[in-house]
Amino acid sequence: MSTVERQSWDVVIVGAGGAGLRAAIEARELGLRTAVVCKSLFGKAHTVMAEGGIAAAMGNVNSGDGWQVHFRDTLRGGKFLNHWRMAELHAQEAPDRVWELETWGALFDRTADGRISQRNFGGHEYPRLAHVGDRTGLELIRTLQQRIVALQQEDKRETGDYESRLKVFQECTVTRVLKADGAGSADPVAGVFCYRRESGTFFVIDAPAVVLATGGIGKSFKVTSNSWEYTGDGHALALLAGAPLVNMEFVQFHPTGMVWPPSVKGILVTESVRGDGGVLRNSEGRRFMFDYIPDVFRAQYASDEAEADGWYDDPDNNRRPPELLPRDEVARAINAEVKAGRGSPHGGVFLDISSRLPAAEIVRRLPSMHHQFKQLADVDITAEPMEVGPTCHYVMGGVDVDPDTAAATGVPGLFAAGEVAGGMHGSNRLGGNSLSDLLVFGRRAGLHAARYAAALAGPDRPAAGPAQIDTAADEAVRPFQPPRTEAGGEAAEEPEKPENPYAVHQDLQQVMNDLVGIIRREPEMSRALTHLAELRRRAARAGVEGHRQYNPGWHLALDLRNMLLVSECVALAARERTESRGGHTRDDHPGMDRTWRRVNLLCRLREPGTDEDAEDAEQTEHAGQVRLERRALPAIRADLLALFDDEELAKYLTDEEVKDR
Amino acid sequence: MATEAEPRTPRAGRAAIGRPHLRVDRWWLGPAVTAAGLLAFVVYSTWRAFANADYYAAPYVSPFYSPCLAENCVDMQNGPNVALFGDWWGLSPALIFLALPLGFRLTCYYYRKAYYRSFWASPPACAVAEPHRSYSGETRFPLILNNSHRYFFYAASVIAVILTYDTLLTFRDSDYEWGHMGLGTLLFLLNIVLVWAYTLSCHSCRHIMGGRLKSFSRNPVRYRLWTWVSRLNSRHMALAWASLLSLAASDLYVYLLATDVFSDPRLF
Amino acid sequence: MSQTASTGYDAHLRVWRGDAESGDLTDFTVEVNEGEVVLDVIHRLQATQAPDLAVRWNCKAGKCGSCSAEINGRPRLLCMTRMSVFAPEDTLTITPLRTFPVVRDLVTDVEFNYTKAREIPSFVPPEGVEPGEYRMRQEDVERSQEFRKCIECFLCQDVCHVVRDHEENKQAFAGPRFLMRMAELDMHPLDEADRQGLDRGRAVQEEHGLGLCNITKCCTEVCPESIRITDNALIPMKERAADRRYDPLVWLGSKIRRRGRND
Repeated sequence: MSTVERQSWDVVIVGAGGAGLRAAIEARELGLRTAVVCKSLFGKAHTVMAEGGIAAAMGNVNSGDGWQVHFRDTLRGGKFLNHWRMAELHAQEAPDRVWELETWGALFDRTADGRISQRNFGGHEYPRLAHVGDRTGLELIRTLQQRIVALQQEDKRETGDYESRLKVFQECTVTRVLKADGAGSADPVAGVFCYRRESGTFFVIDAPAVVLATGGIGKSFKVTSNSWEYTGDGHALALLAGAPLVNMEFVQFHPTGMVWPPSVKGILVTESVRGDGGVLRNSEGRRFMFDYIPDVFRAQYASDEAEADGWYDDPDNNRRPPELLPRDEVARAINAEVKAGRGSPHGGVFLDISSRLPAAEIVRRLPSMHHQFKQLADVDITAEPMEVGPTCHYVMGGVDVDPDTAAATGVPGLFAAGEVAGGMHGSNRLGGNSLSDLLVFGRRAGLHAARYAAALAGPDRPAAGPAQIDTAADEAVRPFQPPRTEAGGEAAEEPEKPENPYAVHQDLQQVMNDLVGIIRREPEMSRALTHLAELRRRAARAGVEGHRQYNPGWHLALDLRNMLLVSECVALAARERTESRGGHTRDDHPGMDRTWRRVNLLCRLREPGTDEDAEDAEQTEHAGQVRLERRALPAIRADLLALFDDEELAKYLTDEEVKDR
Repeated sequence: MATEAEPRTPRAGRAAIGRPHLRVDRWWLGPAVTAAGLLAFVVYSTWRAFANADYYAAPYVSPFYSPCLAENCVDMQNGPNVALFGDWWGLSPALIFLALPLGFRLTCYYYRKAYYRSFWASPPACAVAEPHRSYSGETRFPLILNNSHRYFFYAASVIAVILTYDTLLTFRDSDYEWGHMGLGTLLFLLNIVLVWAYTLSCHSCRHIMGGRLKSFSRNPVRYRLWTWVSRLNSRHMALAWASLLSLAASDLYVYLLATDVFSDPRLF
Repeated sequence: MSQTASTGYDAHLRVWRGDAESGDLTDFTVEVNEGEVVLDVIHRLQATQAPDLAVRWNCKAGKCGSCSAEINGRPRLLCMTRMSVFAPEDTLTITPLRTFPVVRDLVTDVEFNYTKAREIPSFVPPEGVEPGEYRMRQEDVERSQEFRKCIECFLCQDVCHVVRDHEENKQAFAGPRFLMRMAELDMHPLDEADRQGLDRGRAVQEEHGLGLCNITKCCTEVCPESIRITDNALIPMKERAADRRYDPLVWLGSKIRRRGRND
C-alpha cells in the first residue's frame, strides 16, 4: 500500500468555497504553487447558497456607515463573545474585499449614482449588504472561480501549463492532515492525504502549509439549510491534527427555512425577505416579533407597527422593525410561537411579503425565492405568505485561530478561514457577515500560509513518513472490510451484519436535532452524548458494497467519523455552558450570564493513556473522543469599547470589567 | 490496483444508452405542426406567385404583388406600379420582388429554428438525436448566408412601407373615391400591423436599435428603443406566424374578390 | 417526525447503471411521499436498495447545478423536478448526461466544460480605475447579470446537438454556456478587452464556434434558471459577429487597413 502517488505543492487549500478560493488567489498571487482540494466540482461550493449579501461598511446608501458601526453591530450580534480583533479586522477590511471583486468582473446591483447598492439586514444599523438580487453567493463564487481561471491563463502564457502554479483537485476529499514525523501534537504540518471520489484512488499532497476552508457542520442535523458537503471535515481534521476548536456550542438556527413539503424542509428562505419588508405573523395574524424584543435591544427596535413600517422609508426618525433582530432572537421567537400552538399548518409561522410589496417588485428583488417556492412548494410568494421555521444554518464555533494570521493554535503550518474558523462571530453571526468573513480571512489565511511556506525552503520542509500514509490509507479502506465484531468483544456466533452508513447518518441527524437543537436541556445533552457513543460504535462497523469508484456509500461512511467528532464537541460544550447566549439557548439556564462572557470553551482531541486525560475523563464523567478546556476571552481594546455607551456595556460586561476600563 | 501512478477512469466512453432518445412525450408534434404550417404556406404562395392573375381588386392589391415592377402588371390606379423592369419580363411580376420578404423570413432567427428543426431535423427536438453524420452549422455556404439577415431586414422595412401605402389606398372604394372602408380594409390594417410588428421585432432590429451598444446609460433614447423592441422581440415567433397568416389571408381575400366569389362588404 | 404513508405510493424507476465500459437500465420500485423531488427518490433508493448508486448532487435547492441528469430523455436537475409532474403509474427513466463521458451510474465527467471555461479570455479591468471607483448604471449591468445567474449545471451543454450528436465538434465549439460567457464579458460595461487587442465579437465566431450554433434554442428550453440564452446572448453575439464579418463595408474597410499595414 505504500506506493500512494505523491505530489509536492507549497500551499494546500482544503475547500473551494469563498474562503478557500480567496486564500488560493492570495497565495498564488504571492508566487506560491497552490493546490485547492474540494469535495464537489469547482464552483459548486456551499457558498453559492448564500443569498442576501456581503456586509461591508462602504456607506454607499447611508454615508453614516463606517467600520466602527459595523464592528459595533457585529459585537452586539455576537453578544460580545466575538474575538474583538477578528471583528475589528473584518469590519475594516470588508469594503476593500468587496471592491476588489469588481476588478475581477463581479456585477453587483447598483445605486442610482452607479455605486454598489446596499441592502438592510438583521442586526445591521445601516443598509450594508452588497448584493446581486438574492444570489449574492453565486456571484461571489463565480467571480473568485473566474479570477482563478484568469490566473491559470496567465500561468499558461508563461509556463505553457494552466496548472503549473494553481491547480484545483475537484471531487477529492482530504481525510487526514499529515504532520512531520516527530514527537507530538506540536509537530508542523507536512501535507494532506486525499482520495479522488471519482476513482477512489489515494494521493498525498506534500506541502508545508495547509489552509482549512471546509465550511460548516450542518449535515449532522436533520433540518438544515446546509448541503451534503457540510460534514465538519475541517473541524475534524484540525482536531485530529492536534488543534483545538472554540465556541462549538454556538450553532445558528436560521429563523426562516422552508417547512413544507417535507423533502425541502430546511431549505433557506433568505433574510432579505424581511430586509425588504417581509413580516412574520402567527396563526392569529399577529406580528408577534414585537413581543420578543429582549432588553438589550429595546433601544434600537420599534415598539409598534406604525414605527416599524415607517423605518423602511425614514430610518433616521424611526427604529427598526423587530423582524430584523439578530437571527437567534427571531429563531427563538418562532420556536416559542409554534410551541404555544400559534403556528402555521405545517409547524412554522407565516412570512408575508405579498401584502408589503407589489408583485413585480418582489420578483425583481427576490427572484430565486419566488422561483424556489413556486417550483418546490406550489406557493406564489407574490400572492400568499410563506410558511417558515428555524433551520440549522451555521456554526459560529470552529478552529481556534490567531486573529491576524488565521493560524490554528498549536499546529505550525495549519491555517483556517471562513465558517470552519471560530471566534469571529462570537455567539451569533449577523446575516451578511459570513461572505465578508470568507473574503477577509480567506485572504489573510492565504497570505500568511504563503509567507509561512515561503520561509520553509527545500530541506527545511517537514515531511510525513510512509507509516503515517499507510495508516491513513488503512483507515480509508476500512468500510470495505468492516470489523465483524465489536473491538475487544468475543467472536460472536453469528457475525453481526455491517451497519448501513445511511442509517447511522440518519440516526445521528435525529439525535442532534432532537437533543442538541435550538433549545437545549442538560439531561437531553447527556443522553445525546450516550447516543453519540453508541453511534460511534455503529459507525466503526459501517460497511459498504461495491468498489471504490464513485461510491457514495463509502464516502458517507468516511464522513461519519468527522460528523461524530464534531457533534460530540457541540454536545459537550453545550452541556458545559450553563447560560443562554446567541446561538446557544438553555431551557434550564435561560438568562445570559455576564461571567460566562469571559469564557471560551475549547474542545480538544483526547490523548488516551495520558494522566491528564484520565483525570479529565473522571472529572467530567465523559469518556468520549474529546475533552473541554476553559480559556479566558481576551479583553476588548479600550478605544473599541468606547464605541459603546456604559449602559449597554453594563448589560454584557461584569462590573469589574466595566470598572477597569 | 494501486501500482500505476494515476489509474484514471477511461474517458472515451459516453454511457451506453443505445436508443437515439428516451423521450416519452409527443416531442414530434411541434416540428410536425410547424412543417405542416410552413409547407401549406409554401404551396399556397408558390401557386399564387406563379399565377400572375387575380391579384388586384380595386382598391386592394395582394401583398404578394406589391410593389409591381414589370410592364405586364395590372394597372392599379395610384397603386404600387413602378415599371422598373421593361416588357421583356414575361413571368409573374410577383417573382421579382418576393425574393426579399422571402429572404427576410428565410434568414429570420425564428424561421431558422423552425426549419432546422422540422425540415432538416437538426435536431428534430431537444435531446432527440439528429440523423446526420456530420454537422457544420452555419459556418459554410449556403447557411453562412443566414448572417445577412440584417440586410434583408432593411429591405423588409422598405417593403413594409410600401405595404403601408397599399393599406392607405384601401381607404377608397372601387371607384377610387377616398374616405371609404370595406371589410378588406380591416384585414389589410390587421395585416400591416402584424407585418410591422414582425419586422420590428426582428433580432437584427433589436441589435441595431441598441443591442450593439456597450453603454445604455449614455444612449437613453436608444436604450428606450431597445427596451421596446426587446419586448416585441420576445413575441417574435408568434408574430412570425401571425403575419404569415395575415399575408396569406390578405392575398386570398383579394383573390376571392378578383375571381368574383364574393364582393367586398363595404362599411361606409 | 412521522411521515404518513397515506399520500405515498410506489414509483417505478429505471435507472442507468454502469460505467464507461458497459451499462444498462435497471428497474427499481421506490416509495414516494408527498412533495418530493426526483432526487429524494434517488436518495431513498441509495439508502435502502443501492448504497453504491453514484449520483452527483450538492445543495438540493436548485442553486449549485450539480445534479444534472436526464429524466425520461429530457435534461433536468434532479432536485428541481417534482415527482408530482409524473403520474404514479409512469415509469421514470433516469440516465446520465449523454454528451459527456460517463464515470459511473448517473455521474458524468464534465471536464469538457472546465476546459472550455479556460479558453474564454477573462475580464479585462479598466485601466486607471481604482477598486472602489467603479461606477456602473443598473441598466448597463443588467444584461450581463442575467447571464451571471448561470449555475453551471451544464444542461445546455448537454442538450446542444452540436456536441451531443457530433463528438467531433467538441474541439471547435465552446457550447452555449461559454458562448454566453463571451456575451457576458462583451456586454460588461467596463470590460476593456480591446485594450489587449482582443475583439470578443470576432473571437466568438472565429475561435469559439458560434457559427456552429443554429439557434434551435434547446439551451434556452432546458435552462433551469430561465436565462434566455439564445435570444439574449447567442443571437446578439451573432449580430455582433455580423457587424465585423458580414457587413461588406466594414469588411472592405478592414481589408484595406490590413493591406495598408502589411505594406
